[in-house]
Amino acid sequence: MSVPQYRRAAALALVAGLGFSLTACSTKSDDKGTTADGKVTITVDCQPVGAQKELLKNWNDDVVEFQKQNPDIVVKSVSVGEQCNNPPDFTARLAGGTVTDVFYGYMTDLQQVLDSGQAMDISGVVNKDTIPTWDSVDPALKGAFTDGGKLYAVPVKNYSMGLVYNKVLFQKAGLDVNNPPKTWADVRAAAKKISALGNGIAGYSEYSAGNTGGWHFTSLLYSQGGQVLTPDGKKADFNNAMGKQVLQNIKDMRYGDNSMGSRQLLQWADLLTNAGAGKVGMFIGAPDATQAIVSQFQGKFQDWAMAPLPGQDGAAKGTLGGGEGYFFKKDLSPEQVKAGLKWIAYQKLTPGKGQFDYVRAKPQNYPVGLPQPLLFANGSEAQKQELELRKANANVDTTNFAIFEATPVPIKGEPRNAQAIYAVLDAAMSGVLTNPNANIDALLKTAEQKVNQLLAAES
Amino acid sequence: MAITAVPQAPRKPGRPMSPYATGPQRTSLGRKVRDNLTGHAFLIGAVLCFVVFSWYPMVRGIVMSFQRTRRGETTWVGWDNYSRLIADPSFWPAWKNTFYFTVLALVLGYAVPFFVAILLNEFRHAKGYLRILVYLPVMLPPASALFLFKFYAYDPSEAGLFNAILKALHLPTSQWMQSPGMTMPAMVIASTWMNMGGAVLIYLASLQNIPGELYEAAELDGAGIWRRIRHVTIPQTRLILALLAMLQIVATMQLFIEPLILANGAGAEDSATSVAYLIYQHGFFQNDLNGAAALGVIMLVVLAGFSAVYVRLTAKQD
Repeated sequence: MSVPQYRRAAALALVAGLGFSLTACSTKSDDKGTTADGKVTITVDCQPVGAQKELLKNWNDDVVEFQKQNPDIVVKSVSVGEQCNNPPDFTARLAGGTVTDVFYGYMTDLQQVLDSGQAMDISGVVNKDTIPTWDSVDPALKGAFTDGGKLYAVPVKNYSMGLVYNKVLFQKAGLDVNNPPKTWADVRAAAKKISALGNGIAGYSEYSAGNTGGWHFTSLLYSQGGQVLTPDGKKADFNNAMGKQVLQNIKDMRYGDNSMGSRQLLQWADLLTNAGAGKVGMFIGAPDATQAIVSQFQGKFQDWAMAPLPGQDGAAKGTLGGGEGYFFKKDLSPEQVKAGLKWIAYQKLTPGKGQFDYVRAKPQNYPVGLPQPLLFANGSEAQKQELELRKANANVDTTNFAIFEATPVPIKGEPRNAQAIYAVLDAAMSGVLTNPNANIDALLKTAEQKVNQLLAAES
Repeated sequence: MAITAVPQAPRKPGRPMSPYATGPQRTSLGRKVRDNLTGHAFLIGAVLCFVVFSWYPMVRGIVMSFQRTRRGETTWVGWDNYSRLIADPSFWPAWKNTFYFTVLALVLGYAVPFFVAILLNEFRHAKGYLRILVYLPVMLPPASALFLFKFYAYDPSEAGLFNAILKALHLPTSQWMQSPGMTMPAMVIASTWMNMGGAVLIYLASLQNIPGELYEAAELDGAGIWRRIRHVTIPQTRLILALLAMLQIVATMQLFIEPLILANGAGAEDSATSVAYLIYQHGFFQNDLNGAAALGVIMLVVLAGFSAVYVRLTAKQD
């Protein structure tokens, strides 16, 4: 072959190769998840990442055991890294159409998932035949994944907010660990004493970036009896006395009492990193915040306790609740949907199995005894079983959560378009945390305008 | 290895060539392709890459900016996304923030490397080492450099590097990224430090092309350093200065990573929200990919305007 011919052949091969690979990329799989030998395959996300060795082992053991019990089902689980706790990653996968057959999402993601047109209506197929404990699952959680009377996801985790406090710092500051703050005035007084310990310790810490500021503003507003949106969900409803009080409390602590530390613009991991290092006296969070402090930020379980969310002048009038669930991709075959439901039932909703396998978790570095998740309705058979198992295998000091559990606060769900609204409200929170001359009225007015605009665009 | 001579195309009868024609003969497109088949085959690969990874996303973005997707249904909405965005209370502040950053970056990030280059050019010894020292920050990944600033230099307590220096000089300390008024200057300082090395090298190359006789003549006329800079250096490097100014404008208007890392996104009271960050917010937090696409198109148009100026200046230099 002469040089030009050789070059020509190489060039044609290159073009052909490129063409084939592009074709391969764009080819839509017609695989309906059923193999020649009649096995149904489902892909599921949120497999624990490699660094979470024990959790990953537990997950893989569950997959093996589940497949042994269901030889006609193949579970292909994938870890998608940050997708399972990072809204932008989730959005990217959803927009790119790369979600798995059975995919994880927050309760706040429902509208986004529906807009993408990728979720399947599973109302007709979820029942106690497909998920044996379905009748025990808290109806409020099912409602959070319901739109227009149709169910789009199976709830697998939930939380509600309370006051998380560091017992060691409480003791050092001369505070009674068994009598945590009940009102905002109590929080201020305790925070002043804790921050007086010096050494960069914040008496109380608060978020103001990465949507977490808006998330906490919402929770604090609920504690006062307020709401972020009007009941019809069409207008913002926080530019009022309660919204002002929420911001005023924080501004007073930050610049009046100097009890919130110097570093602000914190997002989720920032605050927990400080907490793990023993630099935070109090913050509002869910019980699983303590788990993150221990497993990711080198803290200790015995240092942390929880109380109900403080109210303005008395008990809190409400607390924010949220959670997560699994959606089903629209083009799945009925066999795949059934297989997916079976897997979720096994791994997420059966006392003694999967996430509720407390016998297995007890000796591991995984907490048993935290007061949540409470997926099952009060008094239901599944709840009784789950609570008994939890009590029998607790490896954390449950007395640290006793006050939180003994004083339940009414739970209120997250607003529609929660993540977008939280992003807007971050500015109001960052305003009072970074600007001693922040104008609370102006901050709330601007946020109200933005949220109304956002809602108008949605309608 | 045999080198095959390309046969000359036979001239069509009845069309005599002008005796004054000096340029290449006109040939049909098909003929051109046939004559250079190998070259075109290789070209197809590159063009395909551009089409798939550069042009298609751009065209798709433009199309999306005129659509709305709800519940999996896509509809044409004309200019609705654009009018909605312009009415968004975040729209103009984001442009204001972006232009503010660009202006500050022109004052600081543009002037500092020029003067550093002049200084380096004046050194007689250790020139090479000094150049390496100035260029080093460019080699640090931007995210790492910004985290250094965030946690070390801009720590708002007195333990922070910059605050410790200010304190040692008996000057008031700053909240840096946590103060709405300091957000932009702090981002420009970090950005200038990160990117200065490349610009310094370009200026240095340009400075070394200035004939030494011009400085000698100026010195003989009694010109001091400032007059030499004003009357020799600046006029001799004006084209490079103009081009780098244009590149600086185009680059700084795409401000994104600095707010994302230094300000955890929007920053204090949204003081760090740039247009690029607003695109990210619409796309990834507000479930509004069509709005994000429309904002992207607006940015494309604005930057295309600046780029057109840049292209004209480049042509002038050629």
